[in-house]
Amino acid sequence: MIYFQIFLAFFIPGILGYGGGPASIPLIENEVVDRYEWMSVKEFSEVLAMGNALPGPIATKMAGYIGYVEGGVLGAAVGIFATVAPSLILMIGLLGLLMKFKDSSRVKRLTIVVRPVIAVLLGIMTYDFFFSSYGGVGMMQTILIGGISFVLMEKMKVHPAYVIAGALVYGALVLA
Amino acid sequence: MKQADLFLAFFRVGILGYGGGPSSIPLVHKEVVEKYKWMDSDEFGDILALGNALPGPIATKMAGYIGYRVGGVLGMINALAATIIPTIIMMIVLLTVLNSYKEEPWVKGMAEAVVPVVAVMLAVLTWDFIKKSGKSKLGWGWTAVALIGSLILMQFLNLHPAILIFVLLLGALLKKDAPSREKEGGNQS
Repeated sequence: MIYFQIFLAFFIPGILGYGGGPASIPLIENEVVDRYEWMSVKEFSEVLAMGNALPGPIATKMAGYIGYVEGGVLGAAVGIFATVAPSLILMIGLLGLLMKFKDSSRVKRLTIVVRPVIAVLLGIMTYDFFFSSYGGVGMMQTILIGGISFVLMEKMKVHPAYVIAGALVYGALVLA
Repeated sequence: MKQADLFLAFFRVGILGYGGGPSSIPLVHKEVVEKYKWMDSDEFGDILALGNALPGPIATKMAGYIGYRVGGVLGMINALAATIIPTIIMMIVLLTVLNSYKEEPWVKGMAEAVVPVVAVMLAVLTWDFIKKSGKSKLGWGWTAVALIGSLILMQFLNLHPAILIFVLLLGALLKKDAPSREKEGGNQS
């Protein structure tokens, strides 16, 4: 039963997320936090932070780890399979057909219509994360850490992995 | 040696790409087109466009498809495994170790400090999506309508995002094309 749930939890984000792995993150959160309640927003954000601090595609890292926590190695395999297989099978199977239509306005429209929905989902997740941080470390630290990391990543173009590493050190030393 | 090359090419992509799949696409291009010359740049562009027309993570679609093209089903599994397995193992090991110390105050501090950083990353990603939407054919006006509409439907009326996205995709596929489409006209003549 749990394997079937893991499959569904990652199959749905995998076939509905347009815009690559990052676009499917809020859809994964929707399944993992809201629907199956495998983890809280805060736990999910920690997993996501660790995922962002490591290299490689993000959707499969989330599926692999969450699948592993819920269902061991087999759970991880199910989560990864559900994330990767459906769209890859579509791609290899429908190749001839898709090559013909890839420039058609209908196919291009798919990404365009889904984009605002993904934006809203990302926005809601952003709000949840800030709110969870406010509940955890309070307003001052949230603004301080958030503000500094914004300046570092967006203005000074520091690599996100370093910013996350810095936050981890700060947390271990100052917030402990 | 093809399988070993495939493994190395996608192992490097997986281990060097930061920021999720989409940001590792240039790395895939470097390996597949420039280094191993499995295809030319045009073909790579076609495959990328194709991948973007389909849902789901892009890095695994590229790895799987290119692996399949170069080395059959074994090549597909090989390239996929090389892209995702190393970082998944790193992730499981790291988080499992951290979790076993999770009552320690310094681990709690680390977990707390990282939440606002991720929130900022998400905020930036949100803004990227809004900006892209506003600049697309949809335009800023319709983007605003779509944003407010989907916020109300999902957050206040509790509609599952999957249902909303599915209906939108269906609508986009079924809707008649605007007359401004030149390509179809050309086909008929």
